Amino acid sequence: MDTQAIRFFHRGAVVQAQDLPITTTVLQWLREQARCTGTKEGCAEGDCGACTVVVAELARGAESAADARAVHVGPLRLRPVNACIRYLPTLHGKALLTVEDLQTMAPEQALHPVQQAMLDCHASQCGFCTPGFVMSLYASYARHHGDGSRPTRQQLAHDLAGNLCRCTGYRPILDAAQRMFELPPARLDPEPIAAALRAIAADTPDPFTHAAPNPAFPDAQGRARIDRFFAPRRLATLAALLAEAPTERPPDEAGAGGARKLTLLAGATDIGLWTNKQFRDVGDLLYVGDVAELTGIAHENGGLRIGAAVPLEDAWAALAQAVPALRDMAQRFAGPPVRHAGTLGGNLANGSPIGDGAPALMALDAALVLQRGSAQRRMPLDAFYLGYMRNALRPGEFLHSIEVPLPHAATRVCAEKHSKRYDSDISALSCGLALRLDGARVGHVRIAFGGMAAVVRRAAHAEAALHGQRWSEAAVRAAMDALADDFQPLSDLRASQDHRLRVARNLLWRFWLENRPEAPLAPAQTRVWAGLQESSRIAESGAP
Amino acid sequence: MNKPAQPLAPPPGATETAGFGRGLPPSWPEAEWPALRDGRRVGVSAPHESAHLHVRGQAPYTDDVPELAGTLHAALGLSPLAHGRLLDLDAARLRALPGVVDVLTAADIPGVNDCGPVVRDDPILAEGTLRHVGQPVFLVVATTRELARRAAARAAEVVHAEPLPAVLTARAAHAQGQYVVPSMHLKRESAPGALDAALRAAPHRLRGSLQVGGQEQFYLEGQIAYAMPAENAGMRVLCSTQHPSEMQHAVARALGWMDHQVQVECRRMGGGFGGKESQSGLFACAAAVAANKLGRPVKLRLDRDDDFLVTGRRHGFDFDFDVAFDDAGRILAYDVTLIANAGHSADLSAAVMTRAICHVDNAYWLPEVAIHGHSARTNTQSNTAFRGFGGPQGALVTEFVLDSIARRLGLDALDVRRANFYGVGQRHVTPYGQGVTDNVLHELVEQLAHGSRYAARRAEVAAFNARSPVLKKGLALTPVKFGISFNVPHLNQAGALVHIYTDGSVLVNHGGTEMGQGLNTKVAQVVAHELGLDFAQVRCTAADTHKVANTSATAASTGADLNGMAAQDAARTLRQRLAGLAGERYGCRPEAVRFAHGRVEAGGTVLPFAELVRQAYLARVQLWSDGFYTTPDLHWDAQTLQGHPFYYFAYGAAVSEVVVDTLTGECRVLRADVLHDAGRALNPALDIGQIEGAFIQGMGWLTMEELVWHPQSGLLLTHAPSTYKIPTANDCPPDLRVRLFDNPNAQPTVHRSKAVGEPPLLLPFSVLLAIRDAISAVGEHRVDPPLRASATAEAILDAIEAVRAGVAATEAVASATVAA
Repeated sequence: MDTQAIRFFHRGAVVQAQDLPITTTVLQWLREQARCTGTKEGCAEGDCGACTVVVAELARGAESAADARAVHVGPLRLRPVNACIRYLPTLHGKALLTVEDLQTMAPEQALHPVQQAMLDCHASQCGFCTPGFVMSLYASYARHHGDGSRPTRQQLAHDLAGNLCRCTGYRPILDAAQRMFELPPARLDPEPIAAALRAIAADTPDPFTHAAPNPAFPDAQGRARIDRFFAPRRLATLAALLAEAPTERPPDEAGAGGARKLTLLAGATDIGLWTNKQFRDVGDLLYVGDVAELTGIAHENGGLRIGAAVPLEDAWAALAQAVPALRDMAQRFAGPPVRHAGTLGGNLANGSPIGDGAPALMALDAALVLQRGSAQRRMPLDAFYLGYMRNALRPGEFLHSIEVPLPHAATRVCAEKHSKRYDSDISALSCGLALRLDGARVGHVRIAFGGMAAVVRRAAHAEAALHGQRWSEAAVRAAMDALADDFQPLSDLRASQDHRLRVARNLLWRFWLENRPEAPLAPAQTRVWAGLQESSRIAESGAP
Repeated sequence: MNKPAQPLAPPPGATETAGFGRGLPPSWPEAEWPALRDGRRVGVSAPHESAHLHVRGQAPYTDDVPELAGTLHAALGLSPLAHGRLLDLDAARLRALPGVVDVLTAADIPGVNDCGPVVRDDPILAEGTLRHVGQPVFLVVATTRELARRAAARAAEVVHAEPLPAVLTARAAHAQGQYVVPSMHLKRESAPGALDAALRAAPHRLRGSLQVGGQEQFYLEGQIAYAMPAENAGMRVLCSTQHPSEMQHAVARALGWMDHQVQVECRRMGGGFGGKESQSGLFACAAAVAANKLGRPVKLRLDRDDDFLVTGRRHGFDFDFDVAFDDAGRILAYDVTLIANAGHSADLSAAVMTRAICHVDNAYWLPEVAIHGHSARTNTQSNTAFRGFGGPQGALVTEFVLDSIARRLGLDALDVRRANFYGVGQRHVTPYGQGVTDNVLHELVEQLAHGSRYAARRAEVAAFNARSPVLKKGLALTPVKFGISFNVPHLNQAGALVHIYTDGSVLVNHGGTEMGQGLNTKVAQVVAHELGLDFAQVRCTAADTHKVANTSATAASTGADLNGMAAQDAARTLRQRLAGLAGERYGCRPEAVRFAHGRVEAGGTVLPFAELVRQAYLARVQLWSDGFYTTPDLHWDAQTLQGHPFYYFAYGAAVSEVVVDTLTGECRVLRADVLHDAGRALNPALDIGQIEGAFIQGMGWLTMEELVWHPQSGLLLTHAPSTYKIPTANDCPPDLRVRLFDNPNAQPTVHRSKAVGEPPLLLPFSVLLAIRDAISAVGEHRVDPPLRASATAEAILDAIEAVRAGVAATEAVASATVAA
């Protein structure tokens, strides 16, 4: 079998990696192989940001709709991601920037402006989260330094939503974030990196195939199983690979000797935890993140077509630009390092009952394009989920793209998220609402909830209570009552059954208060976080 | 250390090597320049001694130290049961797994299978009984960390045990009389029976309950120990710990060795917050036992999920109170019961409960008072130290009660607080018998109330609420009085070791540990100040049991008080020796010799410090010294709970303004004003960092941070940052104004500074009570909201529903009365 070493740019040179299990994380490689211990492990699940690194790749032409939030340095596009759940082979053909790289960008200074500002502002205490903050801030710095703009303090707080600090209380870090722009500038020279990445690309077949032993799964003779990692670059390659090796999974233990299993991999923000927390056997990996046809966003037929492998960051920016009511959800959907790694397609195909993408998109009547071989079929999102973590994908089939029709100008839309923390929290429940009046009556209504059942689904009874009715307090009250017929939610660590139901009711009530014909209330009168999303980058990119 | 860099913009008089390992930051507060120019090295905002390393990722933590060849990796196998009889372990099955070198159980511990800090009831590995889900049962040692973890994760398959009934809540354990240490009772009456009489006869009486949850430390660096066999039956352990001496003793006990065989070292922690005071012991012991058995270095670094499952945290408390008060809201009598969830073992729970009992008074005179403390034994993780150490829980109940009293009487809560403040020279004796003699509450609170426009904003909040149907705002001011010293007098001692090398550079070692609080920075400042040196000439080293022996934990906020004084003592001895020589050589009295800016002035001669040091070496003057300090005037009777446990008190107060969504229960802190007494600050920037950090951490505890155990299995469901939510940058109040209250310590502490680690953790009581105020506005302040902490959205909506139900009931009674 053809196998190639993983090649990527790190600390000024192209490095090679091989013979490591294909599920080796970037963090493991940095700390254990490269002995670059500046990047820290705080949680190993993508939630604390101590391992934040920046991945740079050659920008693709298809990126456009979401560019206001993109970080470009010359021909490179930069993304802050969590190294703890990023598999090393996905770095092939990319560059890895870590805290160790920053000083080399500022040869005239002892410290990069990001680091100097952190020091000046007393922004580190125990220092363990600091390299992660430095890298998230570096991404902000690179973005604004590139275009000469200056972020607001609020924007910087949003940029840091994926980084936890337990010591400082954040004030000095936000001070540093603002101060870094006042210091003598430092610049990354992108050209040597871009040249190296072009050379790797020119030298990489489609698909990139990497095979490596995994000592956790020995065969009967005690030899480590050889796992394969495929990174196709064209859609046809992906389809062919998948057709050859259906994703039906043999029982977990049967990996050695039994049928090979193949797992589709996108951002690894969930699958990364399968391996490093649950020790599940994912078998071979088929990575969709480099497939050109799946990574674009297009405006088509009055709607958006979002490739299945488009990162959440870009997808939500495009959605929020098209539908401003989605800004708050776009801002609160995970933290930046997860949004830059995870994909909208992964979020939908994974089909978690508490995923935040599906309720909003269901309310907008989104549809999925599914592909097997060269054949495609289209399915409404609200028909996709069959049961808890089960969906309508057939063997060999994969999610190609998401079609999101833009709502009619008169349609009122909202996307709500309810969680213990504003930032980067898994919802107790989330909700997508779309409603259009036909005269004084409700002509069109979609109400979808996550966190209220085993799958994300529409509230049929509540919709029925509104549809065709006069848009009135009485109709809304009836819909609120009908939610109890739609959902019997569970109690768990995020909320009790009763709390979920009463908040679901109250979200409908708030929608009424904000959209009633007489004296509607403004968000500033109904939301404690009103204004935060207005000053986010989402709003910046969504501004007309 | 890295080569010192050129300063970018040094203030006049600063030298180019003034910072720790680098130049002064250009943002050094201008107000401090004159002090720096005068040669002061304390009272100035030196950057953290490792800041230049932190930002480069070059500050090594335990896991960053290069591993020795042959290092093995360990992982703990955890109990799947909350309570059970341990029957058998199928270790053979684990040994057959890839990479596994050995599987250790309690039987492999050559010495004592215990790592309890006070009471010997904390097995390193389970023996006989399983006590909580997550209790370590066995240790897998493998060639890689991943293979060790994979094998250990099979615990549920290989641990054979018979389930026993589990007790999962403190209330349930209390009902069954299950405690980890004997219950404590403190009663102070003006005459026998006066408490009950006052409760019965008072014009107003209020009885109720309160619940406050625990809190995970969430140090960013998880627990870790790296044990390396050393020559002549020795063991060197690198460990992320606040208490190297206790680790040394615990490892020696576990191995059945003498203390001198074990060396424990900690250069820095990635946060501690109390979680690495006693509970780093289990990991140090387990790694050392494995390293000794296998004769190979063994590293045990916990995954975050295991860290949550194995270790304990801040004790959750349940309270029942009965309080009598007059028309002005003055407390006349107060009877309060504290039930702490101690978890499965004693750990530090007795000391935590003692501190809780000693902080029930917070800032207030309690004339007739009884306090009962029960440390309930449950089948959960053993709870331990966490910044504040019971103090916050003890004080919170009384702040909650005063808030209710104010609402009952229709008074402003601040007026009720003022009416109850400790007096000066009267009404000033705490329930435990210590007089409050350094009281600055009145001035401090006045200054804060004025500076924050408390009264005007109270009116603005009321006006907002009157016209806002969905969102309600709330405002609260709460004070803090926090006792400084370990409650156990003998722990209040510290040692230090200061070396001057012949080039004039100085190395400082002391018994404290660096966990981010800036202790090393402050101690280095103290030494630099004594010897008249710039910061770069003084270097701090790792805490090391081979250097300073028998140290106390870096805890109870005492780090700088104790170790700063010990280092000052050592530095003064050295200065006196040098001054003696200089006086002799240059013809002046030793007291007239001046040390500043790296130079020494004696009898009109000025010479570089290094030159005098060189002369001293040639003259065979001892150029290193130890230093020692004990806190004076402490005594404590643990039986009667009476004495003088605290050297002094630290004070502070905060005003918080919040907005609450009455539909979803979400809330946001809009503004917080803090005025805090750090004495005469050794380092204002570090102290403000401590205050702000404690404020946000305490705010997290009281708002979004919630621990949830499965009600049947006892599994902790909030196991990692995905499920346990600590504040992010967006939770920091957009308007946060923190100031130091200039107040030289009445006691002769190091440069008259005050401890600052824990006291500000109590400041965000103002957040919780502002939330309660906002909820109360739903019922126009006629119904007392029964708010629990953490005040999550769900807790807030529960309280709002209770207020609405209370209003409805009142109105029903009113209309029934009218109808009658």
